[in-house]
Amino acid sequence: MSLDEIKIGGMGASRRRVEDNRFIRGKGKYVDDVVLPGMLHMEILRSTVAHARIKSIDTSAAWEVPGVRLVLTGEMMAARNLAWMPTLSYDTQAVLATDKVRFQGQEVAAVIADDPYVAKDACAKIVVEYEQLPAIVNPTQAQDPSMPIIRDDKENQPTNKIFEWEIGDKERTDQAFADADVVSTIDLHYPRSHPSPMENCGSIADYDRATGKLTVYMTSQAPHIVRAAVAMVAEIPEHQIRIISPDLGGGFGNKVPIYPGYVISILASILTERPVKWIEDNTGNLISTGFGRDVYLQGQVAMRKDGKILGMRMHTISDHGAFYADAQPTKFKIGLMHSTFACYDIPAAHLTSVGYYTNKAPGGVAYRCSFRVTEAMFFQERMIHAAANDLGMDQAEFRRINLVKDDMFPYRTAFGFLTDSGQYDKCMQVGMEAIGYDTFKQEQEEARKRGKLLGLGISTMTEPLGAGNSREYDIIGIKMFDSAELRIHMTGKAILRTGAKTQGQGHETTWAQIVAHELGIPADDIVVEEGDTDTAPFGMGTYASRSTPVAGAAVAMVARKIRAKARKIAAHLLEVSEEDIEWELGRFYVRGNQERGVTIQDCALAAYSNIPDGMEPGLENNAYYDPPNLTWPFAAYFCKVEVDAETGVWDVLKFVAVDDCGVRINPMIVEGQVMGGLTEAYAMANMQYITFDEEGNCIGSNYMDYLLPTAWETPGFELHEVVTPCPHHPIGAKGIGECATVAGPAAFVNAVMNAIEHTGVRNVDMPLMPNRVFEALQTGKDVSGMPPVKVG
Amino acid sequence: MSSLYDEVAPNPGADTPVRRVTIEVNGEKRTVDVEPRLLLVHLLRQGLALTGTHSGCDTSNCGACTVLFDGSPLKSCTMFAVQADGHKVETVEGMGTASGLHPVQEGFKEEHGLQCGFCTPGMMLASKALLERNPNPTEDEVRWALSGNLCRCTGYQNIVKSVLWAAEKMRNDQPQEA
Repeated sequence: MSLDEIKIGGMGASRRRVEDNRFIRGKGKYVDDVVLPGMLHMEILRSTVAHARIKSIDTSAAWEVPGVRLVLTGEMMAARNLAWMPTLSYDTQAVLATDKVRFQGQEVAAVIADDPYVAKDACAKIVVEYEQLPAIVNPTQAQDPSMPIIRDDKENQPTNKIFEWEIGDKERTDQAFADADVVSTIDLHYPRSHPSPMENCGSIADYDRATGKLTVYMTSQAPHIVRAAVAMVAEIPEHQIRIISPDLGGGFGNKVPIYPGYVISILASILTERPVKWIEDNTGNLISTGFGRDVYLQGQVAMRKDGKILGMRMHTISDHGAFYADAQPTKFKIGLMHSTFACYDIPAAHLTSVGYYTNKAPGGVAYRCSFRVTEAMFFQERMIHAAANDLGMDQAEFRRINLVKDDMFPYRTAFGFLTDSGQYDKCMQVGMEAIGYDTFKQEQEEARKRGKLLGLGISTMTEPLGAGNSREYDIIGIKMFDSAELRIHMTGKAILRTGAKTQGQGHETTWAQIVAHELGIPADDIVVEEGDTDTAPFGMGTYASRSTPVAGAAVAMVARKIRAKARKIAAHLLEVSEEDIEWELGRFYVRGNQERGVTIQDCALAAYSNIPDGMEPGLENNAYYDPPNLTWPFAAYFCKVEVDAETGVWDVLKFVAVDDCGVRINPMIVEGQVMGGLTEAYAMANMQYITFDEEGNCIGSNYMDYLLPTAWETPGFELHEVVTPCPHHPIGAKGIGECATVAGPAAFVNAVMNAIEHTGVRNVDMPLMPNRVFEALQTGKDVSGMPPVKVG
Repeated sequence: MSSLYDEVAPNPGADTPVRRVTIEVNGEKRTVDVEPRLLLVHLLRQGLALTGTHSGCDTSNCGACTVLFDGSPLKSCTMFAVQADGHKVETVEGMGTASGLHPVQEGFKEEHGLQCGFCTPGMMLASKALLERNPNPTEDEVRWALSGNLCRCTGYQNIVKSVLWAAEKMRNDQPQEA
């Protein structure tokens, strides 16, 4: 008799999370909770100015503070060849500044002391003399030949330009525009935002001179990449480096890069021969660690009068801050920006991109998105919205004409991606019905008569999740795949380890569900471990919604290897040939005689006690999974808002999210991911905004200036599902963690625009703060989010 | 905070002032010597090793450090340890008992009210205080009561459901009046 998969916590079960058992008791173990014997504390002194030559650094008073063990400056780092480190994008980044500071908040010196308060006291006593230089705070200034070169440390860097890049077919695209009846244009700024996980970054470095072993507890979403990078930078052999990423208080891309603080704490531990803890404060996190976005998005679509899109072109100008330090696949300089328009059937497309250095914190990290996909899809859906308006066509109808149809998969996009599967029109239908699309226009007109401004916005997209396949995707040369290792103990219990790293996604719960699905071992009998490079198999970590598409696939594959061996053991136990063995969940039986069988637990015991002649004992294995393609989930979001004409304040009346992420391992967790992502989308559309004044001072260095939504303003979300299994993933799953953050912002913005565009406004840049919406309503003109520019 | 012997630093801070305070933490009286500038959150985390109280923003915005101070929610990064002298402090470690969880803790697990878990202790304590003064809150009342606590993972919807789940359980667990 087969097991009930839901009862054993298999696929499809909304299994309650195992990690919650420690978190609800306050027993999580985050980096700052780790205490090592003899541990010292480190504090970083940051630059107060955005661009300046360092004339002198006087640390003498800091050394005098009782309890201070070490004061480090860039000069001391340089003496050990550690003043600079490589980034994950083939650039270099200053660890501690030597020549210049290049953004406000840059690391200038560090104090290591017995106590964190003492380290802070001593930092305040360091005197740095700066000779200020003009600050460059946007790409326009970066191109100004009268402005200084930010990266004068680099050879062959005569300008502030980092890269130029293009993809697509220019000729075909130009022809499409020549053939078009209507051309629609849009010009947007996706503002700088910060992922702001609740936990800031930190590390505890512990170098043991006796063994030569370096152990580092670290807030990292990708501990194995860190191990490789530390081996390169610190010249410690890789086998002597152990990176432990314990519980993480959120990541959202912020904890992918390698930060100076980690490297300084490592050197400090080597020099003091004591464990050194560095815990960044919130301002340090906001002003110096990987931000997201900050891209200017300009583009056009060419259309026939009947609504068919013939081609699109796009130009992006990205602001990367002082160091090109975000992780992205080597081949793609502006990430997967060219996934734009992937859900639409478009014959021709062309993208050009240019990136600049500015005197701002380094980054452009994939903030809850798969390498710039958020910007790509925001541009796409704002462009589609404008194009439908220009054609005078209904928003939903225009999308349904151009969306890729079910029978066109696998579909080759104009930029060369191969989208795998989907039921886009079905998702549209589900969403339109739930939001009440057919009656909305009437509702809107009647409301307007009463002086109320209602708007409805749509956002639809498919995005490339699960980088990558190793042919195309690597980070600093390391191919992107992932791994799982499974050991079945003799009593049929198990431990699973993967190269991913959970930070709230619930891997400890869901990975066990995949094993339960494949082997019939109850999920409660399987422990999942991640984040320790000494025990976990090599993997590229968790970001870009890649865990389920890649590591999750490896989990299924390793379980299948285990099942294949267990089948041989079962044949031995049942004294029949392997060909006569059938499988049902949790059990092998003899074909034609279902009563005669053995459980997977029987096989596990036999693997250690009754092994067939010639078979290797034990029941464990590993699997490295190199995905054949990315997974392509689909989202159709519908947002209804009311804008207050007198204040510009807007409220979400209803939000309907239809997500198709393929087969859902744990529906409860999937829904949690969607709601969290929608909230971050709402935040970006409404308030989240890191900007700078003309001197490069960061406006938004704490949560009073950088606004995050609370329970009070966050709207409720109505979730719907459509399931199109991924054809190439072993369990049919696709990524989901970032769909809502990626597709969400355009739904909110399109809704607000729909409410106010009768005044002639075409675009208000995010965040749609009341003053911007009010200005648009008053003037009937676009409101640009371009930060202030000092001319000359 | 006491040991059989204390190392005397070779170069002690000459005039570091220290004050002795007694705080009732999770029902147990704790007497400690603290520098007047020590924040309550740091006494709890480092001094008393109660690391369930988290330090997030240092500016009293995020609420990860929320504890109950004489029964009311308080951001423990906003108060000096000396100010807690003679008062009662409850942390997440004091919420459940050895044999069972507080209904709020159960609710957060049951309704998936947490993901990374960093904001969770503060969220749960703010929720507990709400339910003690209002056993039958509306969704809006829950949202308002938790508006001093930030969460970046959940989008709050499931946190609200968790609190309402706990409220119902606590009401049902009340002995029925005859």
